[in-house]
Amino acid sequence: MGVITVENVSRWYGNVVAVNGISMTIGPGVTGLLGPNGAGKSTLIHMMGGFLEPSAGALKIDGQDIWGHPEVYRHIGLVPERESAYDFLTGEQFILAMARLHKLPDPRGAARRAIGLVEMDYAAQRQIGTYSKGMKQRIKMASALVHDPAVLLLDEPFNGMDPRQRLQLMDLIRGMAEQGRTILFSSHILEEVERLATHIEVVVAGRHAASGDFREIRRLMTDRAHVFSLRSSDDRALAAAVIADGSATAVRVTDQGLEVEAGDFARFTRLLPRLAKESGVRLREVSPSDESLESVFSYLVEK
Amino acid sequence: MNSTIASLTLRGMLGRRRAVLLFLLPAVLLGLSVVLAATGYDTLSTSTGVLHAFGIVVLLPLLALIVGTGVIGPEIDEGQIMYVLTKPISRASVVLTKFACAVGLVVVFAVVPVWAASAIMVGPESDVSWAFAVGALQGGVVYAAVFLALAVVSRNAVTIGLIYALVWESMIGGFVAGSRNLSIQSWALSSVDALTSATTVNIGSSATTGLILTAITVTAALTLAITKLRTLTLATAD
Repeated sequence: MGVITVENVSRWYGNVVAVNGISMTIGPGVTGLLGPNGAGKSTLIHMMGGFLEPSAGALKIDGQDIWGHPEVYRHIGLVPERESAYDFLTGEQFILAMARLHKLPDPRGAARRAIGLVEMDYAAQRQIGTYSKGMKQRIKMASALVHDPAVLLLDEPFNGMDPRQRLQLMDLIRGMAEQGRTILFSSHILEEVERLATHIEVVVAGRHAASGDFREIRRLMTDRAHVFSLRSSDDRALAAAVIADGSATAVRVTDQGLEVEAGDFARFTRLLPRLAKESGVRLREVSPSDESLESVFSYLVEK
Repeated sequence: MNSTIASLTLRGMLGRRRAVLLFLLPAVLLGLSVVLAATGYDTLSTSTGVLHAFGIVVLLPLLALIVGTGVIGPEIDEGQIMYVLTKPISRASVVLTKFACAVGLVVVFAVVPVWAASAIMVGPESDVSWAFAVGALQGGVVYAAVFLALAVVSRNAVTIGLIYALVWESMIGGFVAGSRNLSIQSWALSSVDALTSATTVNIGSSATTGLILTAITVTAALTLAITKLRTLTLATAD
């Protein structure tokens, strides 16, 4: 089947908590693990891949504990983030060695099949050291696919890829998912996750912030209070108009101008020019003050 | 033991630039012994002096350091060890295969050259050659196990290993008689002393104690390496 269950898992390094009480279930299809850098995505993937012992909680694949059981690797394929493979081997030698390490009955056949899956036949006789970033990513995929695993874990697979390589890899991942595999990939870029994943898990600061399909996550991310910094010819008059209209949840008058917290992003941005015109105020500057991805994520955590 | 891991390890070791060092050190020893033999300076005292001071004290620990850390350290540093660890293979099998590779390389690049150098200087039939070969093998096995464990435990294995070999064994071990039992070098030399009748080799510590400590250290180091490999944490940006 290939279902990974994460049950109330925490992981800490000394005093630093990297993953904090996360529970999730990952089934067939493409799941995107979304979060800013340092959110604990890699820690979580490493625990799912059996590389790291959870400090608390349990991770299972089809009901079997992952930690301390190397036999789960018959069902898991892991593509690590770091680029380095055995650069002195050719692509084919590398995949063949992986097939042998899995003790597959027909390592040569399995290697050829995996290399074909990632369309790397044309470069199979070249040393991995001579590959481009995208090719390395593909050969790493082949190494994780050689034993036909039900679960594929990819840590930041698109990092450092050019747009064309990105598209190719997305097609490849979609194809794998159509065959019924469970695929989890991590990313800190919303658009990547949105384009590829049918299900999204958001992790922020080690905590599970949200879960669902991308529309739901999009809505969560745009339906939040947005803070705008405004400068105008008459801040007090504008503040009065905004308060009277009721589209803002908070208004502050500061030395630099106005700070407005708008509950409804779309409505407020349409409304503001009209309000300014009606009250005869000239707007000099309107800037969203918390548009960084981190603030979007931290908003999700507070919810 | 796993033949695929062994072949990956050996290709990695011999394919890197530092493989040159593997050839360099034994070449110096052999060159030195050829010169001594040709010029007639190969008296028993000089010969055993060279085998002791260069063969066992310098060549053996340095070679075992390169080999013991080299069979696993770079793979951990660069992350390729992931490809081995994500396979249904026990960690013990990974460590023992790497250890076997290290011992094999130590035999080829340290034990055989030490024997050959001795054979050139004092003749292959002399018990000196065999005694030094056995001593080098014993020392090489312990060094390989200790440095391998060090490479799993620490990123600075080479530095720590060098400090151990240069500072601890050469300095402290040489001055403080009591610390001799705490040095791998002295265990190897006590075996050499026990195996040869040549009076120019005189260590004065017990070969039996050396053997017991050898067995304990190898077991402890390999157990540590296996345990640490189970919980190996690879550095990531996240």
